[in-house]
Amino acid sequence: MNVIDLSKTPLREVNSRLQKLPKDTNERLWKLINLHGEHACAVGLTQPIEVQIEGHIGYYCGGMNQEATIVVNGQCGVGLAENIMSGEVRVKGNASAAAGATGQGGLIVIEGDAGTRCGISMKGVDIVVGGSVGAMSAFMAQAGSLIVCGDAGANLGDSAYEARLYVQGRVESLGADCVEKKMTPHHLAKLEKLLKRAGIAADPHKFKRYGSARKLYNFHVDNVDAY
Amino acid sequence: MSSTPFYTPPRWSATFDPHSVAEIHRAAQTGIYDIRGAGAKRKVPHFDDLLFLGASISRYPLEGYREKCGTDVVLGARFAKKPIQLKIPVTIAGMSFGALSGNAKEALGRGASQMGTSTTTGDGGMTPEERLSSKTLVYQLLPSRYGMNPEDLRKADAIEVVVGQGAKPGGGGMLLGQKITERVAKMRTLPVGIDQRSACRHPDWTGPDDLTIKIQELREITDWEKPIYVKVGATRPYFDTALAVKSGADVVVLDGMQGGTAATQDVFIEHVGLPILAAIRPAVQALQDLDMHRKVQLIVSGGIRNGADVAKALALGADAVAIGTAALIALGDNDPHWEEEYKKLGTTAGCYDDWHEGRDPAGITTQDPDLAKRLDPVKAGKRLANYLAVLTMETQIIARACGKSHVHNLEPDDLVALTVEAAAMAGVPLAGTNWIPGKNGM
Repeated sequence: MNVIDLSKTPLREVNSRLQKLPKDTNERLWKLINLHGEHACAVGLTQPIEVQIEGHIGYYCGGMNQEATIVVNGQCGVGLAENIMSGEVRVKGNASAAAGATGQGGLIVIEGDAGTRCGISMKGVDIVVGGSVGAMSAFMAQAGSLIVCGDAGANLGDSAYEARLYVQGRVESLGADCVEKKMTPHHLAKLEKLLKRAGIAADPHKFKRYGSARKLYNFHVDNVDAY
Repeated sequence: MSSTPFYTPPRWSATFDPHSVAEIHRAAQTGIYDIRGAGAKRKVPHFDDLLFLGASISRYPLEGYREKCGTDVVLGARFAKKPIQLKIPVTIAGMSFGALSGNAKEALGRGASQMGTSTTTGDGGMTPEERLSSKTLVYQLLPSRYGMNPEDLRKADAIEVVVGQGAKPGGGGMLLGQKITERVAKMRTLPVGIDQRSACRHPDWTGPDDLTIKIQELREITDWEKPIYVKVGATRPYFDTALAVKSGADVVVLDGMQGGTAATQDVFIEHVGLPILAAIRPAVQALQDLDMHRKVQLIVSGGIRNGADVAKALALGADAVAIGTAALIALGDNDPHWEEEYKKLGTTAGCYDDWHEGRDPAGITTQDPDLAKRLDPVKAGKRLANYLAVLTMETQIIARACGKSHVHNLEPDDLVALTVEAAAMAGVPLAGTNWIPGKNGM
C-alpha cells in the first residue's frame, strides 16, 4: 500500500500522481493521511484503484470519478463525488449538501446522513444513504436510484424525471410532480440488489418507492400552479 | 368657408403601440407568455452611440496597407498552463447542439478554425463533430450539467463556467420537446420528446466562495492546463467581475441583454439585464481596481455586428468579443432565400426568432433532419470565415485610423459619445465636449 501524508505532500501532487497512474498499474491501493479538510481531493481519477482517505475532507471529494474506489473514513463536504461516472465512493461518516450531484454512473454509499440536495440532477448514479437526507434531495433527478434508509427532508424529488427514489423512513413532503409509486417485484429486486451491493443491512420490504408523475414533462399553462 | 372634408389619420398611442396592442391580444387569446429566441429587440443604448475620433495633428495614423495592426489575443495566462492563443479577437459564443443542428455546430467550428479563433459548446455537452471541426473549443460547465463528462473536459481547450447569459440573467432555460430527438435526449439522459429544463443555479455551488473551490476542482481534474472562464449576464458587472477574479477565473465573459438565447420568455429578454454598452466600463473598472486588467481577460458579447462594434468594445477595455446571433446570420439564418417559408411561419426574413420551435427554414435552429440537411457545413463555415475576416479587417481599419499598431491599443480616449446616456455608460465624453456624465460618481 502507498501511503501519502498530506501534511507533507501538496494536494496537487497527490491528485496528479493518482490521475497519471497507467492502466496496468500494480499500485492499486493508496492511503491518504493527515488531512485537513482539503477540497477537490482524489478528483478526476480514471483507473480501478482504491484510495482510502483517513480523516475529514472538504468539497468535491471524488469528483467526476471513473473506475476508482474511494473510501472516506470521516465526514465529507459539499458535492461529494459530483458528476461521478463510474466506480464507487463510500463515506463512513456524513456528507454535506449536494452529494452525488449530477452523477452519471457508479455507486455512492453514505453510511451516515447526507445534507440537502442529495442526488440533485443525478443522471444515472446509484446513491445509498444509511441515514437521512436533507431537503430538496433528488431535485430534477434524471436517472439512477436514490435509496434513503432514514428519513427524507422536504420536497423530495421535486421536478424529477426518471430517477427512482426509495425511502424507508418518513418523507417530510414530496416536491412538485413527485408521487409515491407502486413497489413492484422488479423494483424490489433492484432495491435489494443495491442495498446488498452497498453493504447496508436493511429490509427492502420496509421501503416506499417515489418518482415522477410525469405530468410536468411538457410545459402547459394549466400546470402553472405546480411550478 | 370651405366645405372640403379634412382627414385626421389614425393616431397610435406611444404607450399602447402596435406591438403592445398585438401582445395584449395574443396573451388574452392564448393565456401564455411569448417564448422566442434571439436577444433584446428593443432599441437600447449601443455601440452606435459612440464614435471614434481618428487621428489628427496630435495623433499619427498608420498606413492602411503597409503598416501592421496586430489582432492576436492570448486568453487565460493567469493560472492555466496552456493559455488560448487566438489570431483574432472575435470568438464564437456558446450555443448547444440541440438548440442548433449538428451541421450548424460543425459549420461554426469550421468557420472559426479557418480564422484561428475558438468556438464554444453549450447546454448538452460536446459532440464529436464539433470537437473535430473546432481547432480551439471551449467547454461550458452549465447548471444542468447535461452531457457533462470528464473525458470531454480533458479534450477541451478551455472551460467556461456559465453563471448566466445576457438574454436571461438569473433564468434557466427550456428546450422544448419537439427538439429533443433521440440523439439529443441520449446526450442529456432524458426521455425523447419531453421539455428539457435547464436549472438557473448550479447544483453544487452557491456564491463566490464555493465558486473558488469549484474552479479549483476543475483545475485539479484537468492538471491546471485549461484556462477557466466565468460567464455572467450583464447585471452588476463591477461586482460580478470582481467576484469572478476573486474566485480564480482566468477570463471573464460578460454578455449583454442583446445576446441571443434559444428559447426564453420575451418579457425576460426585453426587461432583465443591461445593454452591453453599460456593462463594459464597470467590468473594466473592477479589473483595474484589482490590478488585473489585461491579466484576467475580458470577453464581451451581446449585439456585436461589425468591426466598429468590435473596435469600440476593445477600446472600452475588452480583450475580445464573442458573437452568437451574428454568427448564425453569417451561416444563413434569416436569409431572404427562404422568404416564402418564413412567410408561411408568419414572419419575414430578418425577423424570424422562433428558434425554439425547431422549424427553421435555414436548417440552423432545428433538429429536423430534412431541414438540417439544407445547411451545408462546408459552405456555411466558409461564410462564417468570410464574415469573421471582415470583422477583423474593419477593426484594423479603425485601429489604424486611430494610430494603433495593435487592436488592443485602442482606448477610451479614442471615443466620444453621441448621447448623454452613452457618454455616461461608456465613460467617454459627449461629442464636442469634455463632459463625461457621472465621472466622479460611478
